[in-house]
Amino acid sequence: MSDRIVLQANDVARHFDVSRPALQRLLAGEKKRILRAVDGVSFQIVAGETLSLVGESGCGKSTMARLAVGLYAPTQGSITFEGQSMHAALADTSLRRKMNMIFQDPYASLNPRWRVRDIVAEPIKAFKLLSSRKDIEDRVGQLLTQVGLSAHDGEKFPHEFSGGQRQRISIARALSSEPEFLVCDEPTSALDVSVQAQILNLMRDLQERLGLTYLFISHNLAVVRHMSDDLGVMYLGRIVEQGPAEEIFRTPRHPYTRLLLDAIPDISAVGRQRTPVGGEVPSPISPPSGCTFHPRCPLANARCKAERPMETKVDGVAVACHAVEEGRAA
Amino acid sequence: MSAISRFLDSDFVYSFRRSPVAVVSAVVVLIIVLCAVFAPLISPHDPFDLASISLLDSLKPPAFSPDGDWSFPLGTDDQGRDVFSSILYGTRISMIVAVLAISFSLVVGITVGLVAGYAGGAVDAVLMRIVDVQLTFPAILIALLVDGVVRAVLPPAAQDALQLDVIVFAIGISRWPQFARTVRGSTMIERGRDYVMAARVIGISSPRIMVSHILPNVLGPVLVIATLNLGLAVLDEATLSFLGVGLPPTQPSLGTLIRFGNNFLFSGEWWITIFPGLTLAAMVLSINLLGDWLRDALNPRLR
Amino acid sequence: MALLEVNQLCVEFPTRRGVLRALDNISFGIEPGEILGVVGESGAGKSLTGAAIIGLLEPPGRVASGQIIFDGKRIDNLDQEAMRAIRGRHIGAIFQDPLTTLDPLMSVGKQLIETMQTHLKLSDRDAKARAIQWLEEVGIPAASERVFAYPHQFSGGMRQRVVIALALCAEPRLVIADEPTTALDVSIQAQIITLMRRLAADHGTSIMLVTHDMGVIAETCDRVAVMYAGRIAEIGPVGDVVRSPHHPYTEGLMGSIPSLESRVARLRQIDGAMPRLNAIPKGCAFNLRCTKAIARCQDERPELLPAGTTQAACFLVQEGAQ
Repeated sequence: MSDRIVLQANDVARHFDVSRPALQRLLAGEKKRILRAVDGVSFQIVAGETLSLVGESGCGKSTMARLAVGLYAPTQGSITFEGQSMHAALADTSLRRKMNMIFQDPYASLNPRWRVRDIVAEPIKAFKLLSSRKDIEDRVGQLLTQVGLSAHDGEKFPHEFSGGQRQRISIARALSSEPEFLVCDEPTSALDVSVQAQILNLMRDLQERLGLTYLFISHNLAVVRHMSDDLGVMYLGRIVEQGPAEEIFRTPRHPYTRLLLDAIPDISAVGRQRTPVGGEVPSPISPPSGCTFHPRCPLANARCKAERPMETKVDGVAVACHAVEEGRAA
Repeated sequence: MSAISRFLDSDFVYSFRRSPVAVVSAVVVLIIVLCAVFAPLISPHDPFDLASISLLDSLKPPAFSPDGDWSFPLGTDDQGRDVFSSILYGTRISMIVAVLAISFSLVVGITVGLVAGYAGGAVDAVLMRIVDVQLTFPAILIALLVDGVVRAVLPPAAQDALQLDVIVFAIGISRWPQFARTVRGSTMIERGRDYVMAARVIGISSPRIMVSHILPNVLGPVLVIATLNLGLAVLDEATLSFLGVGLPPTQPSLGTLIRFGNNFLFSGEWWITIFPGLTLAAMVLSINLLGDWLRDALNPRLR
Repeated sequence: MALLEVNQLCVEFPTRRGVLRALDNISFGIEPGEILGVVGESGAGKSLTGAAIIGLLEPPGRVASGQIIFDGKRIDNLDQEAMRAIRGRHIGAIFQDPLTTLDPLMSVGKQLIETMQTHLKLSDRDAKARAIQWLEEVGIPAASERVFAYPHQFSGGMRQRVVIALALCAEPRLVIADEPTTALDVSIQAQIITLMRRLAADHGTSIMLVTHDMGVIAETCDRVAVMYAGRIAEIGPVGDVVRSPHHPYTEGLMGSIPSLESRVARLRQIDGAMPRLNAIPKGCAFNLRCTKAIARCQDERPELLPAGTTQAACFLVQEGAQ
């Protein structure tokens, strides 16, 4: 497997101004409110592999997904795609068509007024990959069969399909531009478990067959374990632990990763007695100082409150935790 | 299943068939529309052909009263014009004006609404303030205002020739804001949906997204409002004509007929104003009822 | 005696294209103090079962036949008035979205007090004291101050705790919880299920936990009923159903869930999808997707048959092939 880097994020940050309208703000004497959705994230994705970003609500993984596909520009830092800056990649059609995205909600990701064949053909037409109607029709039929539907399904409208089938249509659409890199934003979170299994199997088959690279976003650690080569655990806009997925699952080091793994109800843990860690994810608009996890962390000390931790490498895994760095974590 | 049979079997058509109000009003509207479209063919007389009218026939009462004459089923006016024929031609004009005016409103309103809803920010703020300001005035006042201003500006020769255009423009301008508001609201909802984002990911331009992706999804509620506004536009035109600033006597609409007939109401020749009035009422009522049904029928689909 | 008994319950929806049977002869029971999980995918009818029991079926849905017996008395044939007396006082409910369950215009304390005073005879002072007590029991910090806060002033997890308090404050013997943790973050989910288990144990309340999340069921419930296309496919102690299922659907379901324990090359996949209500096949509802179907499965519908410690609606159990 080549070590070619498909996507690289360098200290990426994305801020949103969520202050109230200017006039009201001035009258109330309020400061600007900035939402730091992504607050200094760095990672690399190797060709043919899957990097998953996992975390709870407000951790910034969805924002990161949009940054990775050029829908947002970073407020700070940079993203490079195939060695080019994202900005340049978006302007270059031959590069732009190599990236695409699959969305979470199968009911909102397909235009209800368009026929399936037009939906799937849109990227082909946008990137001018084929020109004759017959060629496009054939290719659409091919794509639909590839994702487990039939070529006739192109005539129908989205509402005639179930959630799982719509997600297949989404995948067909994403594949029609012959991409190399797919960002998958919670692609199975809205699906039933047995349908999820079908879609995840399909995605893995396609990855093998077509040599795809995935950035996989999810809040479901079990799904992530099944799909990923590398893993990044996110909390309030930062990556707290990242590295080879198996290693992290086997030996989670960051206290938040441990909390997450411990908290997940798993079917193999019948009747487990647990003492869960209290507290909730704070609001990303006014996050805690220093290490944002410190209010909930059993290992927090004064330094954690004041200083943001840098990444420490332990056994191939990068962990952003003072306790790990200082050797305090068990 | 072919598209036609699928449509006929749909819940939409089913709901239509089940609602007596919808069916009756649709039938009434259809009759009125057909009569108006084929007015020259079915009208017993041409009331505007000066050669065919005769003062001897003037002020004849409707056919069912003792002095009536069946060649003038609803009576005649003071010039000898057949009231029934006048109504047919008048309805025609009223409808043409209403349809043209609302079409104009739709084009302007939808464009503004799409742009405001999609662009957001300052563009949205400015456009919506314009909409808000205009909405504080009753539509009829705006129509009167525009009508007056345009007449003042046009040279007298052009005034007569363009009277239809002026009134269409005036009514059209008075009614676009509500379309803009509705479309803007729907656009803002659709803009956030994943299918729009999917189009942006592959680099589709904003105007293309607005027209090919968003527009088909926001038309539903707009068409319902347009139907209701058709009735209102007919009334607007009737009002303007009644006030004397609408169409000329040579192209009388229902409103003009009502206006002229009004002079004779208290001298006993009631039919000259009542019949056009009833036609206007029936037309607007049916359009409104149909529009109401349409809104309710489409509503669950929107969810 | 079982606290709740559901016998051959059928729920139907008359539509213009015919009558749809959403629940088809469901039978199960809940013992006092037991937590029964009802699991299934979308369209299986699990939420409907809860709604039917608590008398909140949305018209035109209605109970077509069968009985629901609570504490020895039939409740499926009661009128609205009588059902209202039972709801809240004897059977409580927790729904998925705490935002819409709580009245945004009333303080949480007031909602608790109102509920308690409707069902129990309490003085204002006692009701207030109890309200604070309940908030403390569900883990709301600074309960005596927060008792007058409004729902929007709480975070999602805290709101759900308030909802739990609200469901339990009239001291019902049975609580129907419909996807109580689905809208919450993972770490909060864990806190809520622990809370529910503790409260159920402390107050002797039975819970019917409806969810699609098998992990939650595995950790919380004593027994579980697996639903498919409006019928119960398998029911039994949770450990047995999870580890050694007898119904092919349950087997497929358990195999398709990725586990945290290990990574497999390929998830077990059940081809096809759950049939829509108007297209349920003759015989066993699962027979078209079942890899082990025999001729009998296409003609006859299997009843719940004993299979070791569980019961499965599958002929293979009888035939000894499992």
